[in-house]
Amino acid sequence: MTESADDQVLSRDDVAHVARLAMLELTDQEIDLFTVQLGDVLETANAMNALDLGDIEPFHHPLGLTNVTRPDEVRPSLDREEVLSQAPAVEDDRFRVPPALGEE
Amino acid sequence: MTHAQPAAFGTAHSIAAAVRSGERTAASVVDEHLARIDAAEGEVNAYNHVMAAEARAAAADLDVRIAAGEDVGPLAGVPVTLKDNMCTRGVPTTCSSKILEGWHPPYSATVVDRLAAAGAIAVGKANLDEFAMGSSTENSAFGPTRNPHNLGTVPGGSSGGSAAAVAAGFSPLSLGSDTGGSIRQPASFCGLVGVKPTYGAVSRYGLIAFGSSLDQIGPFATDVADAALSYEVIAGHDERDSTSVAQPALAVSSKLDAGVEGLRVGIISEMVGGSIEGLAPDVLARTTAAADALVAAGATVDECSIPTSIHGIAAYYMVAPAEASSNLARFDGVRYGLREDGNNTAAMNTASRTAGFGDEVKRRIMLGTYALSAGYRDAYYGKAQQVRAKMAEEFASVYERFDVLLTPTAPSTAFAFGAKADPMAMYLNDVYTIPSNLVGHPAISVPFGAGDDGMPIGVQVLAPLMGEVVMFQVAAELERAAGGAA
Repeated sequence: MTESADDQVLSRDDVAHVARLAMLELTDQEIDLFTVQLGDVLETANAMNALDLGDIEPFHHPLGLTNVTRPDEVRPSLDREEVLSQAPAVEDDRFRVPPALGEE
Repeated sequence: MTHAQPAAFGTAHSIAAAVRSGERTAASVVDEHLARIDAAEGEVNAYNHVMAAEARAAAADLDVRIAAGEDVGPLAGVPVTLKDNMCTRGVPTTCSSKILEGWHPPYSATVVDRLAAAGAIAVGKANLDEFAMGSSTENSAFGPTRNPHNLGTVPGGSSGGSAAAVAAGFSPLSLGSDTGGSIRQPASFCGLVGVKPTYGAVSRYGLIAFGSSLDQIGPFATDVADAALSYEVIAGHDERDSTSVAQPALAVSSKLDAGVEGLRVGIISEMVGGSIEGLAPDVLARTTAAADALVAAGATVDECSIPTSIHGIAAYYMVAPAEASSNLARFDGVRYGLREDGNNTAAMNTASRTAGFGDEVKRRIMLGTYALSAGYRDAYYGKAQQVRAKMAEEFASVYERFDVLLTPTAPSTAFAFGAKADPMAMYLNDVYTIPSNLVGHPAISVPFGAGDDGMPIGVQVLAPLMGEVVMFQVAAELERAAGGAA
């Protein structure tokens, strides 16, 4: 990398931290590449800071739909066998996963 | 060498009319298209999965019902291609990602059911940039799709397979999804009509989510009438999508012949002037020619300004990745798709995601996770949501003076494979299409001639919320003008 750490929008440590949050394992080369590429996008995004947006309400649904509900009636849901047939591992009609607290 | 044969066996409305009257059978129509796929798919690579057996069975069933005197719907016997991010029950649905390879959804998207109920016949699941993230279809885990007009260039993206399938004559209609231009840009590159409906006009139920506040499903067609017909089939309220607009589909076919006399057309100055770099001269020339054609047909044209549109890319590349990082959290190796071993659940989740996602998807998940992380959320995601609100105000003000707006669809004609290896260069392709997604408005790309390289150029018509009727009306006039000029 040509830039010094002070000039960067994003550091290698930031990228490594975000990768952990996102549950992705990155190689050192990927961290280097993403530090530059994501920094480019963030730099573009920083241009928005020049805009004076005051206290304008953030955007939500364009037509302003809120609290959409349907009648509270019991209806058939997806077929259990069909759903489970697509899972990587199943046991006793449930999704099977490794232990939550297994060895690292 | 060109493989372009749009509407090789007729437009959707002509096929439907012939099948409904008994002049053609659905079975013969499907066989013609499957033979065309056999002949050219090896070079075009539009599909992740061709549904030959399912299509033949559906056609045979349809022919029995027609013979019995049943009205099977407005798209009787019309082959359609579905972007492979739309769930089809029992038929592989991959999003062009290794993480979903081999998955058979337990339900179908609303649009898939509505097409079938209208008599259309799905012939295949189309290639896309992985999880619809890209503008060239080069990000597919299963190899790129090639542009039928020139196999050395991209078809655009992310709905590149859907566009290439229609341009190659594999089906006269297809569906894509458009989060930042993913229908309109490939429509422009492949010489087709491509529609991004108003946010909420078409149900997203069963569309595998990318950016939930931006995604809309829409059609690709070889003419405006087919695009309008298919819009009327797929649009309308769906209680299974809580963002769906609670009204029936707009009758967008109703004014295709009405002309544009007296309509007020705005040209967004930021999009044709110097504010946005990289607009190719031949694209600008075709956009100007489109404006002139509308004036000749009786419309008035004037410039207008959407000042925040120059920040559209910045806002989009915060909002879309943020929503993607949340939506793609569900791919964790537990309920569906790829699982890689790990000693504990978290290690299994991480190993599965690391092995299953491609580079661009990882890049956007990372960007979105960062934009939503503690200390940065207000500066990035919050700011971007405010930009959207400001942009919506600006559009509302402009639409007090104009009925529709006209812009280029993409900055250039179809580019060569590998030409935009830098992510930021690729992102800039969406500069003209992104504003409509950010504010939820409808937009359509209509072919309007060719560039210096002989490749198709589309122009874009924008309309206000639920303004699809006037949008199609203007698109039909541009189609007549382009036909006259050719």
